Amino acid sequence: MASDTALHEEEVLSGQDAWSGGKRPFKASYGKLMMWYFLLSDAFTFAGFLIAYGAMRFSMPTWPVPDFVFSTAPFGIHDAPLIFVTFMTFVLIVSSVTMVRAVQEGHRENKRGVIYWMFLTILGGATFLGCQAWEWTTLIKGEGVTVTKNPFSNHFESGVYLSGDDLKQAGFIEKEIDHGHHGDAHAHDDHGHDDHAHGEEGAHHANTHYYLRPGAIDIPENRYYAKMDHYGKSFAGEAFESNTPYLITYHHNTGSYEYGAYKSDGDGQIRKEEYGPKAFGALFFFITGFHGFHVLSGVAFLLIIMVNVASGLYVKRKNGYEMVEKIGLYWHFVDLVWVFVFLVFYLL
Amino acid sequence: MGLSYEESKKVVVKGLILLGVVTVVEVIIALFGNGHIVEGLRLSRWIMYPLMIGLSMYKAYFIVYEFMHMRYEVKGLAMSVLLPTLLLVWAIIAFFQEGNSWNERRQQILDKNKKEIGYLAPPDIPVKEIGRI
Repeated sequence: MASDTALHEEEVLSGQDAWSGGKRPFKASYGKLMMWYFLLSDAFTFAGFLIAYGAMRFSMPTWPVPDFVFSTAPFGIHDAPLIFVTFMTFVLIVSSVTMVRAVQEGHRENKRGVIYWMFLTILGGATFLGCQAWEWTTLIKGEGVTVTKNPFSNHFESGVYLSGDDLKQAGFIEKEIDHGHHGDAHAHDDHGHDDHAHGEEGAHHANTHYYLRPGAIDIPENRYYAKMDHYGKSFAGEAFESNTPYLITYHHNTGSYEYGAYKSDGDGQIRKEEYGPKAFGALFFFITGFHGFHVLSGVAFLLIIMVNVASGLYVKRKNGYEMVEKIGLYWHFVDLVWVFVFLVFYLL
Repeated sequence: MGLSYEESKKVVVKGLILLGVVTVVEVIIALFGNGHIVEGLRLSRWIMYPLMIGLSMYKAYFIVYEFMHMRYEVKGLAMSVLLPTLLLVWAIIAFFQEGNSWNERRQQILDKNKKEIGYLAPPDIPVKEIGRI
């Protein structure tokens, strides 16, 4: 008994005992190791969301085509598929690179360098958030995608879009109301899409409601509209193949999305465009929102740690600015998640 | 840190160029494959998707191993973080299979709803008049 105790004391004094402290599992500090395990659990959370997106997409006969949905950019640019989101990806990559530089300057105990590179990282994060805010605003206000509504879809058959006159000739119009003022349709005309004609006819369609004679065809709603996009372009007479992506008809008078009419090539019936799968909007806003929330909290933590660096707190710790290294791990993880969000939502 | 200061600065520049170029290549594959660059020319999904997924996996590998310094950590740490993610392989297979099955079932129901069904009275059982309530 006595000899056991003596042996134990000897172990403690020589630091042999695993429970006596001073040993680092995996040669990493507690904080860094736990950051890795937090990121692992966060990776599972994101993977769960992205796999849910995949499962929903596999379960739908049609799904919005990303290079059609994400084809607008600031300064009135449209028909520029994936360009804006590629810019957003670059912003995040660059901010990840500046973060690596901040960690490296931390290892050299260079306070000014750490502050400089962290500041650039914060700028990058804030720019990304600004871009995302613009992207969301465009999708919600400009293109009508919400958590419960998705006006983007694909045609399941080929056909031709109809004009208001076509609808009248076919006997589907009960009454016609011309609202007269053409302001809204022309407000969008300055954006330089010169390949589309905007004569009197375009303005006429933009301001006219067409009401369908009740019971004329097997469409539950009793009204539908000549095909028009939210830039004022008329699609009347334009043919489309099956599987072509479309955004549901925009009506400039009501400022709402309505069902556009087309004539099917197959059976010659007049049908309306349908809304796309609802799940798309909910999944998009939830997953990119969850990632954006990570970026936002990352920017907040970067700011706090940058202030601490400036105050000289980590100089006293003499551990090579390990706190900067830990927030760096988190920031790279946010970039890592974006690699997969970018792949799943925008590329595939 | 396994690298000197100058060496690690080079890794940063290399990383910036590499991640940027890989992203541009991915976007070009997406645009080219969907007929945005050459009119009317489209690539098969079976070519596009594996390429884009492969390039994204490479970006992820580079971020974790170089930017997050996983390469310079003890092997036990790396394995304790990386091996659990292999569980996701099964999650992906299982849930995508399940999603596909929902689609097929729905299609099956739609097809069956279209079929016309004739009613056959059961033989040898007298059909009684049903009075109105």
